[in-house]
Amino acid sequence: MIPVLLGVTIISFSIIHLAPGKPTDIMTELNPKITPEARQRLEKYYGLDKPILVQYGIWLKRIVRLDFGNSFSTDSRPVIDKIWDKNLPLLDRKLSITLLINILSISLILLFAIPIGVYSSTHPYSFFDRVSTVFVFLGFATPAFWLALLLMMLFGVKLGWLPISGLKSLNYSSLSAMMQVFDKAQHLILPVFVSAFGGIAGMSRYMRSSMLEALRNDYIITARAKGLSETAVVYKHALRNALLPIITILCLSIPGLIGGSVIFETIFGIPGMGQLSFQAIMTRDYPVIMGLLFITAVLTLIANLLADVCYAFADPRIRVNKG
Amino acid sequence: MQIKTVTDRFSKNRLAIAGLAIVTVLFIIALCAPFIAPYDYKTINVRAILMPPGKAHLLGTDDLGRDLLSRIIWGSRISLAVGFVAVGISTVIGIVLGSLAGYYGRWIDSTIMRFVDMMLCFPSFFLILTVIAFVGPSIWNIMIIIGLTSWMGVARLVRAEFLSLKEREFVLSAVTSGAKDLRIIFVHILPNALTPVFVSAVLGVAAAVLVEGALSFLGLGVQPPTPSWGNILTSGKDNIEIAWWLSVFPGLAILLTVLGYNLLGEGLRDALDPKFKS
Amino acid sequence: MNILNVNIFLFTTLALLFTAPFASAYESDNNTEYGDAVIVGSIGEPSILIPMLASDGPSHDVCGLVFNGLVKYAPDLTLVGDLAESWDISNNGLTITFYLKKGVVWEDGVDFTADDVYFGFKTITDPNTPTAYSEDFRQVSTAEVLGPHTFRVTYEKPFAPALSSWGNLPVLPKHLLEGKDIRKNELTRKPVGLGPFKFNKWVPGEKLILDANPAYFEGRPFLNNYIFRFIPDPATMFLELQAGSVDLMSLTPLQFVRQTDSKYFKENFNKFKYPVFSYTYLAFNFLFPLFQDLRVRQAIAHAVNKQEIIDGVFLGLAQEATGPYVPNTWPYNPTVKTYPYNPDRSRALLSDAGWADTDNDGILDREGIPFEFTILTNMGNTRRLKTATIIQWRLEMIGIKVNIRVLEWATLINEFVDKKRFQALIMGWGIGLDPDQYDIWHSSKTGEKEFNFISYKNPAVDILLEKGRRIFNIEERKKIYFKFHEIIAEEVPYIFLYVPYALPIIHARFKNIKPEPIGISYNINKWYVPKKMQRHSLVP
Repeated sequence: MIPVLLGVTIISFSIIHLAPGKPTDIMTELNPKITPEARQRLEKYYGLDKPILVQYGIWLKRIVRLDFGNSFSTDSRPVIDKIWDKNLPLLDRKLSITLLINILSISLILLFAIPIGVYSSTHPYSFFDRVSTVFVFLGFATPAFWLALLLMMLFGVKLGWLPISGLKSLNYSSLSAMMQVFDKAQHLILPVFVSAFGGIAGMSRYMRSSMLEALRNDYIITARAKGLSETAVVYKHALRNALLPIITILCLSIPGLIGGSVIFETIFGIPGMGQLSFQAIMTRDYPVIMGLLFITAVLTLIANLLADVCYAFADPRIRVNKG
Repeated sequence: MQIKTVTDRFSKNRLAIAGLAIVTVLFIIALCAPFIAPYDYKTINVRAILMPPGKAHLLGTDDLGRDLLSRIIWGSRISLAVGFVAVGISTVIGIVLGSLAGYYGRWIDSTIMRFVDMMLCFPSFFLILTVIAFVGPSIWNIMIIIGLTSWMGVARLVRAEFLSLKEREFVLSAVTSGAKDLRIIFVHILPNALTPVFVSAVLGVAAAVLVEGALSFLGLGVQPPTPSWGNILTSGKDNIEIAWWLSVFPGLAILLTVLGYNLLGEGLRDALDPKFKS
Repeated sequence: MNILNVNIFLFTTLALLFTAPFASAYESDNNTEYGDAVIVGSIGEPSILIPMLASDGPSHDVCGLVFNGLVKYAPDLTLVGDLAESWDISNNGLTITFYLKKGVVWEDGVDFTADDVYFGFKTITDPNTPTAYSEDFRQVSTAEVLGPHTFRVTYEKPFAPALSSWGNLPVLPKHLLEGKDIRKNELTRKPVGLGPFKFNKWVPGEKLILDANPAYFEGRPFLNNYIFRFIPDPATMFLELQAGSVDLMSLTPLQFVRQTDSKYFKENFNKFKYPVFSYTYLAFNFLFPLFQDLRVRQAIAHAVNKQEIIDGVFLGLAQEATGPYVPNTWPYNPTVKTYPYNPDRSRALLSDAGWADTDNDGILDREGIPFEFTILTNMGNTRRLKTATIIQWRLEMIGIKVNIRVLEWATLINEFVDKKRFQALIMGWGIGLDPDQYDIWHSSKTGEKEFNFISYKNPAVDILLEKGRRIFNIEERKKIYFKFHEIIAEEVPYIFLYVPYALPIIHARFKNIKPEPIGISYNINKWYVPKKMQRHSLVP
């Protein structure tokens, strides 16, 4: 794990620092009142005058202490404060917002994809299977940002059922606790749905083929031959096996989900990591970009680790050994 | 495997045929763009800004008064180009690294696979966005960067195929007859490993089209006056309340294209992979 | 994307940066109805709330309401006192003595004195302060506090833009900041000021709330709160305006012309329109022999239809620019040479210069080299991109092939503009209200990272620019800058394209908004909402 993480940081760091241009240009804009000396002062202030290896060394030394450095933007706040602002309620911090949306959307994906996939696989080429196949292909092909725009127009503008943007209403703080939850839920419906939409389609497809494969295995045939009920065959034996690849795919899709956050957080005006990363990219806020890449990599690695654990847990061979 | 059984199986799959039809039509449109586009895609008309679909402009006009239908038709070329070049790049990288890892195994394999793990840890869209923002958007940069960040799946596929194929008899006999490594890799093993790669490449085109759309949508796409579906959608987003046609039609174009490649890819997979014969 | 589209916010930025609320000379309503809040839609979020450290529009928008300057621009664009009661300028133009208003207090009750200004001056000129605004203050040779309310600065050379530099940048609460790192203290995110509003709360990614400052020296604003809502997408913001959760925002030209033209909008909102203090230009790099030929530059100028750009990009909501000044301001010379759209004239000029399409490929050539060049512009500004697209199309018609490259801002500046690696550029200058443009046009300013990046050199212009910044008398300066404008227009080093309009819209319940050349925000403390129309009762 550690070497992978180290490699990730080296790749990110070199890509960011070897690209042309410097972040200080943004600050100085085309302000005719700034002299070359003033620019050099700024560069020195941010440590950009040092050789890149030295800069990486400094960054690495800090990261060990979980210090991501200070943002290059004019507020020069510690990156960690931007991502995990201790002054805010737990659920309002950028990392929690993005994690919350992604966890909700993963749950939504599993909630829909597994039943759809299982049903399709046990009733292959039935009417339901065909309809779900069409839906799957449509879902796979729909650009998320386009879907977001269409839904915003429909539910936000035409029908006025859902809020258009943001995470909570302006009068949020004056609402009762119950209403606060309701208010937030309303704001989350569209973003969560949009981010889950493609996933539901993709995952139900994987589920279907994974199930089909599992149902073809010898032990399923054995189980059937033993006279087990079809429900037991499908849900006890096949499903568990079919879930294994799904877990892997799910974990592999985590960086993609976080990357996708950039688009829908920008469209829906959600103050999460996605929006922060887009702003950081556009303003060349190196420490923030590095911090975000690092955190995503860590999250992905954790997910992989979890996948291994789940794998072990769900693997029937291990269960046989136990018992 | 018999070519005939594959085509038979493919032609029985209606969705796959639909996919093939969409992709074919798309190719024809892209190739014949100059002949079928009703207007020059560059002609600006400030007196006809954002006209709704009508007789003069079947799909309406954009925010500089240019004919939307013509721009969508020309935009198909970009999707096609980005899809194919990006996938070409990623497939080549994937095949080379996958073959090396699968054939040689040991430290070469573990190094390459570690690198694959690293690349899979990146949120690739985030990475693409960063690089494009830094080096400047152009169709070449986009193709290259999409290609450079999407080869990992192919590499894994090829490696897996190699691991199983290199123990097969015909390979072992080639080894004992003293053939060079490169010859074994490219002549004996690779041709037999290409089927899944081909399927994944078709699906990869669909993914690349989506990424290009998203990039252009965020303003980091191909440069004017070249139209691409994604950059038409950007102006669609800017004008969404009054010009629905600017959002709906290019979005549909992306949807149909991606749908076409996906159907085709899945159809091919089903046809080529006997396991899926039910 | 519009995140970097600073233009959209220029109206508040400029209006608030240079003008704090204006006293009651323009006041006709004798209003006593306090209450309600104005909710302002903002695309960007502030980054730091200390004026001298802020380099973005949203930060200055907030700072403009919380901090006042020694001087400010009045609604008619003349320079008047703000925290300074009055000032003297010595006869040689080297010394300015400010007499500060008495009885002004910081919002925590501490008196505002000349020490605060001196502290601010010291901070802004400190090499360790990463500010982009220190240059005007580096011209000062000595600064002295002569009494609690008297502050004197002496310049090495007479410096006409000096006075206007004493806005809100160097005004800081010494009692709270002395001995602290200017960049790292609690005030960067919780400012303590002395303006019409005081800071209450900032919810990152969502909103920033300001409360009326009861101790404001020109009287407590009638509105209880000034609230910024951060909505990164202009279309979304417009929907929020319709939904009633935003009261004030900057419209796009399309929204101004088409989407707000309904009965609903006319009854519920007021729209305003006034020129922004900036212009957009197409610059030619004089290091390229191609553009050294005046006939070529003039030919291109005649081939660009400015009105078409204004109609196409702004739906008519901009003015044609003729030079580096905003129409109807005092340095603007209305009689300079203009270049009406005339492609035949362009072709004639180009053929004079030796360009002809000898190989019949539709592109002019000379000595076997086709007439082709690349226009660079920055990412995130759809208007510039559209402008470039229209120019590209028009130049194609006279046989010039134009490529467009859109670059991310830092790359554009650092790799291309600074190193002079460009042929043509479409960019904009935000212009201060002082006409001094020494840094942009003087031949000594052509070094790397300096602002005469097109390497324009004209001895006559040099002399005018040197003279202009050493004279204080407006009539004399006017003559100089009229002449300067005339030469620049004749020589077309830039094609001056347009001066856009700021297009704010505000809910109709807000009364006493009186548009002036400077904008609408100058009398924010006099805006009010009649009791029965008040909507928000946000308790501070």
